[in-house]
Amino acid sequence: MTAHAEAPAIPTATTPQRTAAGRVRKRLTSRWASAASLIIALLWTVPTFGLFISSIRPEDEIKSNGWWNFFAKPQFTLDNYQEVLFGTSSSSGRLAGFFINSLVITIPSVLFPLAFCALAAYALAWTKFRGRDWVYIGIFALQIVPLQMALVPLLQFFSSTFDLEGTASFAQVWFAHTAFAIPLGTFLLHNFMAELPGDVIEAARVDGAGHARIFRQVVLPLIVPALASFGIFQFLWVWNDLLVALVFSSGSDVRPLTVRLAELAGTRGNEWQRLTSGAFVSIVIPLIVFLSLQRFFVRGLLAGSVKG
Amino acid sequence: MATVTYAQASRHYPGTERPAVDKLDLEIRDGEFLVLVGPSGCGKSTSLRMLAGLEDVDNGAIYINDKDVTNLPPKSRDIAMVFQNYALYPHMTVYENMAFALKLRKTPKSEIDVRVKKAAQMLQLEDYLNRKPKALSGGQRQRVAMGRAIVREPQVFLMDEPLSNLDAKLRVQTRSQIASLQSQLGITTVYVTHDQIEAMTMGHRVAVLLDGVLQQCDTPRALYDTPANVFVAGFIGSPAMNIKTVALTDEGAIFGQMILPLSRDQIAKARAEGGDGKVTVGFRPEECELVSATEGGMPIVVDLVEDLGSGANVYGHAAINGDSERFVVATDRRTMPNLGDTVFVKPRTDHHHAFHATTGVRI
Repeated sequence: MTAHAEAPAIPTATTPQRTAAGRVRKRLTSRWASAASLIIALLWTVPTFGLFISSIRPEDEIKSNGWWNFFAKPQFTLDNYQEVLFGTSSSSGRLAGFFINSLVITIPSVLFPLAFCALAAYALAWTKFRGRDWVYIGIFALQIVPLQMALVPLLQFFSSTFDLEGTASFAQVWFAHTAFAIPLGTFLLHNFMAELPGDVIEAARVDGAGHARIFRQVVLPLIVPALASFGIFQFLWVWNDLLVALVFSSGSDVRPLTVRLAELAGTRGNEWQRLTSGAFVSIVIPLIVFLSLQRFFVRGLLAGSVKG
Repeated sequence: MATVTYAQASRHYPGTERPAVDKLDLEIRDGEFLVLVGPSGCGKSTSLRMLAGLEDVDNGAIYINDKDVTNLPPKSRDIAMVFQNYALYPHMTVYENMAFALKLRKTPKSEIDVRVKKAAQMLQLEDYLNRKPKALSGGQRQRVAMGRAIVREPQVFLMDEPLSNLDAKLRVQTRSQIASLQSQLGITTVYVTHDQIEAMTMGHRVAVLLDGVLQQCDTPRALYDTPANVFVAGFIGSPAMNIKTVALTDEGAIFGQMILPLSRDQIAKARAEGGDGKVTVGFRPEECELVSATEGGMPIVVDLVEDLGSGANVYGHAAINGDSERFVVATDRRTMPNLGDTVFVKPRTDHHHAFHATTGVRI
């Protein structure tokens, strides 16, 4: 009660945190842990590295022996890339166009779920309305439904309700990706948002902010790490997706890279040297996205585990 | 500049048996510094949050300046609040934190600048305006939270235990700063604390709450001199008042060999409403003396002596009606007894308080 009685409590309250965080850091930076993770990283990289080496070898070499022979008899060519990207014959990749398609599909398919999920998560975490918890549980439970089960009903919905059958447009693909992303996205962002300190939101309310302003100026800046990590997940998922794209994109004008890659392998079995360079073309963008946002990615994954 | 009135305001959380705040009636005058104090769970923070609009009012009403604000959202009440954990916006600089509310009110940029700079000067925050809260110490964060409230120039300041996260020394220092800042600005302030020393030193008036019910609201001096009931008597003052329920005779209360005289009126009141021949009597540790055996004091055996430097607290026990009762006496260091000694304690004449044995009300 009196001032001097509480004084010794203050340092003891903060010390366990510091030691716990310190212990984790110490363990993660030990020499053996570093060595082990280095070895794992190398092992995991070998297949990708092999893919890369293959993609710059001439066609005859690829077809006659394994990529490691490159080191014995180095032969270097960019013909494969030239052909999959810009080749004019109908049998070649023409990946350049599909590359653009992939971007046009992926970017909205990331932005829409981000926007919807953030708004929904805010409503579920920081507004009060009747049945709020049931709505949240409902959305959460939808994750159980595998998206494969929803393919046919959704397709019927597009063709009968919107009469989109046979029309080549990106809208269906955007819609499908957005719909499939919402349960997980809302769940992730809700958990992150609910962890924000309540009195910061209350302070904003007392300062005179309504929900729209609290969302824009207080909540959004604070959940950037969560948005970034969900954004990366969603980006990689959509970019690498074959199933949804194959089902919902009608006509080769709107098909993404993945579909084209599958066709390269399937219809041109004798020209599979193109696969390696094609795969590498499709890896480039995810790599850039991941490397530029990984700072947020790690922070988002760790969020909430260590306080202060 | 405003008055605040709680009129029978109640808050009942669903699923709980008794209301968190029960029919609170309180009038706060213009420019007054009112402190809400009580043990944890007494409803003091809830009362404050009801005034802020962060908590619903289930029954009754709250007025600011005779305007019914019971159902208004926080932003329409023109109040500013300082939170226990400061609740600074972590992604904004100190300057932006303070300017946020003004920006929302579409105050011209030049005026925002003037007001923020002025508040920063008052709180010695000028050098930190471009820092984020993370880069500030606890005391500085606390001052930013104060500054955020000051720049608003609101009708009412609300403070929810703003000092509880500071260390002891800083707390004492900030305590006086807040009090002088408040009198300088003259803005009506409602301040919540669990620390009775803070309450006594800062408040113009202090409202003591227990279990959601207002016990007494008066000046610190009146609370100390004439506590309205047993709870207030025991809560205000440190070390706490010696309060015992003892047998009652026509002369007064019987403390073993010592008799504390009560007036005829008090005795009559103590006997009414099922007093059952008992009365509750209290006397403060600092309002009694150690006397020699012949002067009619009560003998106690010393268990513990706390030497505070400026004085000493003597803890001891005495047998009263066969029960061992503990007593505290604040004494001079010169007369400090040793452990195991028997000393004689005598309250100063007319410095004891009498309460009804069952209702606990002052008589």
